Amino acid sequence: MEILLLFSAFVIATCGLVYELIAGTLASYLLGDSVTQFSTIIGAYLFAMGVGSWLSRYIERNLLAYFVRIELMVGAIGGSSAAALFILFDQVASFRLWLYFLVGVIGILVGVEIPLLLRILEGRLAFKDLVSKVFTFDYIGALFASLLFPLVLVPHLGLIRSAFLFGILNTMVAIWMLYALRAEVIPRRGAHKVAGFTVLALLAAGFIWSERIQSISEAAIYPGTVIFAESTPYQRIVVTRQQRDIRLFLNSNLQFSSLDEYRYHEALVHPVMSALKVPRKVLIIGGGDGLALREVLKYPAVEAVTMVDLDPAMTRLFSSNELMRALNGGALSSPKLTLINADAFLWLRERKPADQRFDAVIIDLPDPSNFSIGKLYSLTFYRQLKSALNDDGIVVIQSTSPLVARKSFWCVDNTLAAAGYQTAAYHLFVPSFGEWGFIIGSLSPYRVPDHLPEGLRFLDLPTMNAMFRFPPDMAHVATAIQRLDDQPLVRYFDEEWGDYLIY
Amino acid sequence: MSRITRKQFLALGAASLGLAGSGLARRALSGAGEGGAIPGELVGASSSIGHRLRGGAFAAPGELRRTDVVIVGGGIAGLAAGYRLAKAGYDDFLLLDLEAAPGGNAASGRNEDCAFPWGAHYVPLLTQEAKAVRALFEDFGIITGQDPTGAPIYDEYALCAAPSERLYRYGRWQDGLVPSIGITAEEDAETGRFFAAMRDFRRRVGSDGRRAFAIPLDLSSQDADLMALDAIAMTDWMEREGYRSPGLAWYVDYCCRDDYGTRSKDVSAWAGIHYFASRNGRAADADEQGLVTWPEGNGYLAQRLAKVLGSRVQPRALAFAVERLGAGVAVGVWDAAADKTFRVEAKAVVLATPHFVTARLTKDASLGAGFSYVPWAVANITLDSMPGGAGAGLSWDNVVFDSPLLGYVVATHQITQMRPTKTVLTYYWPLSHLPPEEARREAFARPLQAWQGIFLKELLAVHPELEGHVRRVDVWVWGHAMIRPAPGFIWGAQRRAGLVQTPPVFTAHSDMSGISIFEEAYTHGVRAAENVMAYLAHPFETVL
Repeated sequence: MEILLLFSAFVIATCGLVYELIAGTLASYLLGDSVTQFSTIIGAYLFAMGVGSWLSRYIERNLLAYFVRIELMVGAIGGSSAAALFILFDQVASFRLWLYFLVGVIGILVGVEIPLLLRILEGRLAFKDLVSKVFTFDYIGALFASLLFPLVLVPHLGLIRSAFLFGILNTMVAIWMLYALRAEVIPRRGAHKVAGFTVLALLAAGFIWSERIQSISEAAIYPGTVIFAESTPYQRIVVTRQQRDIRLFLNSNLQFSSLDEYRYHEALVHPVMSALKVPRKVLIIGGGDGLALREVLKYPAVEAVTMVDLDPAMTRLFSSNELMRALNGGALSSPKLTLINADAFLWLRERKPADQRFDAVIIDLPDPSNFSIGKLYSLTFYRQLKSALNDDGIVVIQSTSPLVARKSFWCVDNTLAAAGYQTAAYHLFVPSFGEWGFIIGSLSPYRVPDHLPEGLRFLDLPTMNAMFRFPPDMAHVATAIQRLDDQPLVRYFDEEWGDYLIY
Repeated sequence: MSRITRKQFLALGAASLGLAGSGLARRALSGAGEGGAIPGELVGASSSIGHRLRGGAFAAPGELRRTDVVIVGGGIAGLAAGYRLAKAGYDDFLLLDLEAAPGGNAASGRNEDCAFPWGAHYVPLLTQEAKAVRALFEDFGIITGQDPTGAPIYDEYALCAAPSERLYRYGRWQDGLVPSIGITAEEDAETGRFFAAMRDFRRRVGSDGRRAFAIPLDLSSQDADLMALDAIAMTDWMEREGYRSPGLAWYVDYCCRDDYGTRSKDVSAWAGIHYFASRNGRAADADEQGLVTWPEGNGYLAQRLAKVLGSRVQPRALAFAVERLGAGVAVGVWDAAADKTFRVEAKAVVLATPHFVTARLTKDASLGAGFSYVPWAVANITLDSMPGGAGAGLSWDNVVFDSPLLGYVVATHQITQMRPTKTVLTYYWPLSHLPPEEARREAFARPLQAWQGIFLKELLAVHPELEGHVRRVDVWVWGHAMIRPAPGFIWGAQRRAGLVQTPPVFTAHSDMSGISIFEEAYTHGVRAAENVMAYLAHPFETVL
């Protein structure tokens, strides 16, 4: 019995430290700034252990039964903590609160355990032996955990599986005690066993299915750590973080890097918005990350913005998650915004002639890499779009790289022109993307604006004017027109990017 | 590859199939229905109503109605006749159709997510001769104008969206239907030679100044060497011209089954070549291979035509007797909805019915002789996930090499949605593996579960990822789906006899052309209507 209890001290210490390390690591993945995260998590955890130790005095009878119960609770909560935090990340408004709550609960439970163990062993050993042995096993466990965590667990199992694994160990120790300590009095031993096996089964299931929560193989293909991943009916959304750099990938294609997205989004939005006398009504197609919207809202004249983005999971992530809200400045919560989760083409076709028309239309869609998305770059789509545009309105379209995909880029321009727009193309350098381009379409001639809003990081008037000049290697080329029944743009895109392995 | 070969497939057709099939059906079905049969219905043209014609026992007609013109049959030919009369301001007519909704072979269905076809589902770019259809397309806004060269501008939403076709062979999908993966240089050259020959036929103008192969077919050249092609089978012609490539043979056979429901060995070479050589349509905004289609297939056209006719269409009404009455006609009709009979007296009748029905109605058995019909089975498979596959992406028409089935079309393809998450696949299967009579017997004896098993086996063999995503499998058995252009039929005496009009009884049906395509059916309908108006001295300007 003595050995078993001392071994359980070792397991408690190992598991306790592993949960703490997992919480700290997760917090630094998800929230960034690892020094702050680790310090506060460790502090909160140790403090919670103290609270637990203090609370242990209120347990007076059935110490062994309490010990088993707490062991099971630690197993269940600690074991599923990483999975729970990953799932909660985009679902709740105040992720931090949940994080510290979970760390607190685990800390308290672990904190109860050691004093309880000392009291169970009290009388069986001399006090000096008791203290020496329990703490020896405790600290050995801590060493074991601190070596195991970075060297084996994180690289080979990942955070979610590691947590489940240690939850399983915790639970198995509890079940072992229920069987091994037959001589001891444990009230309702049968019920404890049922609870033990139930927790064990749930954790084992979690361990097996944790691939679904965070694909370990997937994590390997991204630079940085995958901090969010979700498969929706429309796409695979992955957010990664590497130091200060937060990146969004849709179907493995980079959508933005938080370090340089301001260049892209300032260039996307301001040449159109500043060119309008009074931009009152704005339509954003795609752009569910809210970053273009953030730029649009810099114009006080804007009365209403309609955003049509297909995937509710995208707009939910970027409107509810703290980290993402920090990027888009909470733009998606703007009272001026009407958010429509719908297919843009269908939405456009179902509009009535009397519906409102827009002064600016900002099209920020994924690149035309397949026939499905290619429809939204078609002649038909641009013709249909006119029904949503004011006579003096302006459209801007993100149009891939004029350097890497020169024909693709000019195909968007040529198609827009064939649909009856006057076009103006421009480009800039975005380090994470490379040389990138946009096409402006308007029904009356477009003139590069002579003013810009305050506080931009990238654009000023000379820079903006320079964007409209194309060097010979990116200059206009004739192309076929992108139509619904024939999509040359998708072919160009495939060929041109196919030569660049970076895509 | 576990694709079924033709032999295995025929073995499958035996009685054991019911059991094997239902197991598959269960595996394919997701969640809730587990263990039970897969939902679905055996639907079909109202053959039980139609077969009453054979029994012949109808009560003496009660009510008497009068109208100027009665059109019997609400397929494309009948609708075309009605539409032509209405357009010419001739409003006093009645169209009788035995189905609840007219359309004939252009039948369609709809669920909460999308519409889907049950039969004919596209029209290629119109030939220059297809003037009647062109007038219709202009009326309906399918052709919106023409460019300076005279090429018609088609409605972009009606043109088949890219990508249009893909073929499954050697475990992956390739673009287009002509086999291109894993073929030898020799086969490739032969395919090139075949298409060059077809192009020459397409450009050829006969000594009578007519195109060698035209649509409408009766406008084709009557040059003897061309007409002689009708005497031999397509495979005989291929043999004679030295085409030996298995890939090409498959492709030609596929095309014959696709358009005529008949194997290339059973099709007239003239008809076989007509498939490739007749289409010279062009569009300002699509390439020559273009076609127009809608989620519900040609059901879209049928519904728009029926809408124009409005209450002049009487559904679920079976004409069972047509008699001459003085200078006019009397038609006995059974109203299946009310289960009573009535009689219509009219100045003229258009029998827009297949010849075997026309023969019964007019009690002229000589009419039906020599007309043979192939049965088809069509399945609509409702999915809550989109099909994938290695290689070329999901297309409008998706074909599996060497399968007895023709493949499937995707109902949501024409919807300009970026990424639909649910769809309906329409599988087409001309039952050409047996002589028509036997195939018909086998088809009508086969229970729903067995049909479901066949279609699901075909689907899951190439789309294992769809396991668990099949919501329903509905099957429609067309007993007499289409006329068979067997050797000798197109330019034979029997078909020509069928073209003869005997006022006040007029006939209109694609049977009269010997090939079952929209343009033929529609043109016959328009011609019948114009003949009726000429006969009744109603002024009109011809669109033919």
